[in-house]
Amino acid sequence: MLAHAIFFYFFSFVAIISAIMVTVSKNTVHSVFFLILDFISISCLFIMIGAEFLGMIMLIVYVGAVAVLFLFVVMMLNVAQQKNQWFKSTDTSTHIPIGLIVSAIIFFELIIVIGGWKYKPDIIKNFSNSLTSNSTNTHTIGSVLYTEYIHLFQISGMILLVAMIGAIVLTFRKREGVKRQNYFSQISREKNQGVELVEVKSNEGVKIDV
Amino acid sequence: MEYINLLFSEIYKILYVLIPVLISVAMIVWLDRRIWAFVQKRRGPNVVGPFGLFQTLADALKYIFKEIIIPASSNKVIFILAPIVTMTLALIAWAVIPFSENYVLADINVGILYIFAISSLGVYGIIMGGWASNSKYPFLGSIRSAAQMVSYEVSIGVIIINVLLCVGSLNLSDIVLAQEKIWFVIPLFPMFVIFFISSLAETNRPPFDLPEAEAELVAGYQTEYSGMMYAMFWLGEYANILLMCALGSILFLGGWLAPIDTPLFEMVPPPAWLILKILFLFVLFALIKAIVPRYRYDQLMRLGWKVFLPFSLIWVVLTSGYLLYFDLLPVY
Repeated sequence: MLAHAIFFYFFSFVAIISAIMVTVSKNTVHSVFFLILDFISISCLFIMIGAEFLGMIMLIVYVGAVAVLFLFVVMMLNVAQQKNQWFKSTDTSTHIPIGLIVSAIIFFELIIVIGGWKYKPDIIKNFSNSLTSNSTNTHTIGSVLYTEYIHLFQISGMILLVAMIGAIVLTFRKREGVKRQNYFSQISREKNQGVELVEVKSNEGVKIDV
Repeated sequence: MEYINLLFSEIYKILYVLIPVLISVAMIVWLDRRIWAFVQKRRGPNVVGPFGLFQTLADALKYIFKEIIIPASSNKVIFILAPIVTMTLALIAWAVIPFSENYVLADINVGILYIFAISSLGVYGIIMGGWASNSKYPFLGSIRSAAQMVSYEVSIGVIIINVLLCVGSLNLSDIVLAQEKIWFVIPLFPMFVIFFISSLAETNRPPFDLPEAEAELVAGYQTEYSGMMYAMFWLGEYANILLMCALGSILFLGGWLAPIDTPLFEMVPPPAWLILKILFLFVLFALIKAIVPRYRYDQLMRLGWKVFLPFSLIWVVLTSGYLLYFDLLPVY
């Protein structure tokens, strides 16, 4: 039990410190790296309470895919320019009240969730599969998610799809003068289409037209 | 006292896996260069030791004694962290590889997801190295590599779903034991081929070695690295290749199982079969490096997103439909 406690405090300490460092550190790329560290330690905490499937999915989805995209976006920004605008000037602090409101809302939502869990424990008992059965939590999640919650699951997938299509439509624009390569015509080209043997008369040369 | 004993026994077990992996990484670097040379009618490294076996050790010694140069304008902490991340991630994934029924370091329920997660983290070593170098070629190389690895991970994930449909468990030992009657390479042969090609792309091997395409990008994300830090990138890359070969042989070639269940084959210890299968896949990797020219970048992306992903998705539908119709779905 001692080792368990040590690991728990280690991971939660790392998670909290890195979450603070995400907001504090001045270099945005460092912020993303601390965010990744935060994700990893949270997934370690998931694994420690026995939710190994959630922990691994957290690693694969958040760290392996979402944070890579974050990193791409942040690396493309000009970090030196940002420092001047965001960190040194004081007049552009209008985002602070909005941030406070959002974090207050999230805090109250968390209180509602935890309070409901604590004072209405019979909510959990409505599941058809009890969480204490012998099967692994992968099987348990699958048997609940694809039977009772299949519509919610599909709707969330559709929302993601719509968001993706929306992002593509917003950023898509037709560019002029882009050379497109047709894969099929490239590999089906024959020798006699590409090469031509020409008898060259001396002192006249060949006229090349492309 | 009890904890200390436990700690030391765990460390002993870890070393029991780690040291053979490191030695075999050194050996397969030599094997890779030898095969490459034989295909091109050269001799390859044959001077240091018998058949040049100690060439990699000599190279490693050379790298250890070289000076580590850290560029002045680089981001020093991340620059130093990048090869460490690559090397560590390539080695910790070996924790869940089952060498035989009882010889596995951590027999966890979600072993295949663990390997998938670790290999998806592998892209960070490359991005960190490329960004922290603060130079054009490494940055371009690392961006190429990140896009490539993220795209091919998707198709590897879908292929893994195919295998999991037939097994019904995420545990790697269960996946091997499910192949006792027939190896999955026979019913899922197209998936095996796609998995093999995707793992070439995932480990940045030729013909998909665009991140380090020497004609365009000098050495890609490794350009600014020297000495031991370069050697760590290099070892991590080969450890990743070995891991992909091990994953391929566990998912499709029956892991530690013998090809036919006869008394003669039972005399061979099970880990030897796994090692033979890993070596077989690695020889294929090395041959492909020697005989195939490099892909163009748009062709690479087209292959990943427009060919492999739809094909393996259709195959998921086919596999699940077949299993459902003939009532073969594994029930837990």
